[in-house]
Amino acid sequence: MQIFEYNGSAVVAMVGKNCFAIASDRRLGVQLQTIATDFQRISKIHDHLFIGLSGLATDVQTLYQRLVFRHKLYQLREERDMKPETFASLVSAILYEKRFGPYLCQPVIAGLGDDNKPFICTMDSIGAKELAKDFVVSGTASESLYGACEAMFKPDMEAEELFETISQALLSSVDRDCLSGWGGHVYVVTPDEIKEKILKGRMD
Amino acid sequence: MGDSQYSFSLTTFSPSGKLVQIEHALTAVGSGQTSLGIKASNGVVIATEKKLPSILVDEASVQKIQHLTPNIGTVYSGMGPDFRVLVRKSRKQAEQYLRLYKEPIPVTQLVRETATVMQEFTQSGGVRPFGVSLLVAGYDDKGPQLYQVDPSGSYFSWKASAMGKNVSNAKTFLEKRYTEDMELDDAIHTAILTLKEGFEGEISSKNIEIGKIGADKVFRVLTPAEIDDYLAEVE
Repeated sequence: MQIFEYNGSAVVAMVGKNCFAIASDRRLGVQLQTIATDFQRISKIHDHLFIGLSGLATDVQTLYQRLVFRHKLYQLREERDMKPETFASLVSAILYEKRFGPYLCQPVIAGLGDDNKPFICTMDSIGAKELAKDFVVSGTASESLYGACEAMFKPDMEAEELFETISQALLSSVDRDCLSGWGGHVYVVTPDEIKEKILKGRMD
Repeated sequence: MGDSQYSFSLTTFSPSGKLVQIEHALTAVGSGQTSLGIKASNGVVIATEKKLPSILVDEASVQKIQHLTPNIGTVYSGMGPDFRVLVRKSRKQAEQYLRLYKEPIPVTQLVRETATVMQEFTQSGGVRPFGVSLLVAGYDDKGPQLYQVDPSGSYFSWKASAMGKNVSNAKTFLEKRYTEDMELDDAIHTAILTLKEGFEGEISSKNIEIGKIGADKVFRVLTPAEIDDYLAEVE
C-alpha cells in the first residue's frame, strides 16, 4: 500500500496573462472506498495567493492549518501580505523541518507577485522547490496531468481561456485515475477578482 | 537555569514605579561618546565621535559603525562590548529571517527583534540591561529609515536624533537645521556640523566615523579620505 496513494488527489496550477488558475479534484477516498465528494484541497492564503495540497488528507489539513497560522502572524507583524515567492520559501522550510518524518503532501503554490506577475511552483514532500513558467501538477493523477497540460497549454491565455484549458486538462486526467475525480474545483485569479467554479465530470 | 542562585531578575521595580537599572543604563549611555543620525529624503546618515584613549591606539582597527545586513547599519553610544554582543545577535536574526523567507529582513522587523533582545535582558534571571543605545539606519522597500533603540527595549523612528554626551546641544542644533526635503549629501554636512558643535579639540577624519546608505540600498562606512572631502566642504 502506497501512502501517497491512500486518499487519492489531483492538483494543477497554470499561468496565464496577469492571472493564474489552480484546480483540484474533489474525491476523498480510503483506498478503493470513496468517503467524500467535496474535499477541499485548495485553500486561500490571501487574495493573491493560493495553495493546493495533494497527498495524505490528514497532512493536507494539518499543513494548511500551520501555514495559515504562520501567515496570519506574518501579516500582523509586518503589516503586509506575504509575497508568493516568500511563502514558497516558508513552505519549503517547514517541510524540511520534518525531513526524517515528513508531511506526506506535495504542495502546489500559485500567486500573483509584484506587478501582478503570476507565480507558480510545486515541491516534493521534503521541500524541494520546482519553479515553472507554465504549469505545475501534483497528486495520484500527476502523470496524466503532465500529458494533458503539455498538450493543451498555451502561454499568455486570458482568464476565460485559462479556465477552459485547466478544466479540460483536469477532467481528462482524473478520468484516467481511479483514485481521483468526482468533479473539480477551479479558482481563476486575476488582480481584481477571484472566480471559483465547481466542475461536474464523470462522478466516479 | 532554575537551579541557579541567580534565577531572579536583577532589574526590579522601585516604589516609584521605575526600573532603576534601566535608568542607570541610560546614564551609562549618556556618558558615552556622541553619536547621531539624520534621515534624508533619499537616504540615511549616521555618525559618531571616535575618541581613542591614547594616541598609541591604532585608529584604523577601531570601527564603531557596523553592518547588520548589506542594507542596514548601526552605531551606538555607551559600552562598546555590549554593542558587539548586540550586533552579533542582530546579524544572526537577520540571517535567520533571510534563510527562512529568502527575502532580506525589513528594517522595522530587525529593529523590533533587537529591541526584544534588549527587553529580555531587563526581565531575565541573573543578567543586567545592555549599556548601549543604538541608532539603526536602513533602506528597504519602505524607503530610508532611522530608529533608536534604548536599553529598556523601547524603539522610536526618528527624522534626526542624537545620543551620548552632547545629546541636548546636538538635538537643539538638529531641530534648527533639519528640513524634510534634505538630500543625503546635505544630511552628511549637517551631521558633521552637529558633531563639531560639542567636539573637544580638532575634528578630523581620524576622530569621527560616518556611515551612509542611499537609494542604492548599500550601507557603507566612509573612508577617511571621503570624510576629509566632506570636512573640507564644510569649512
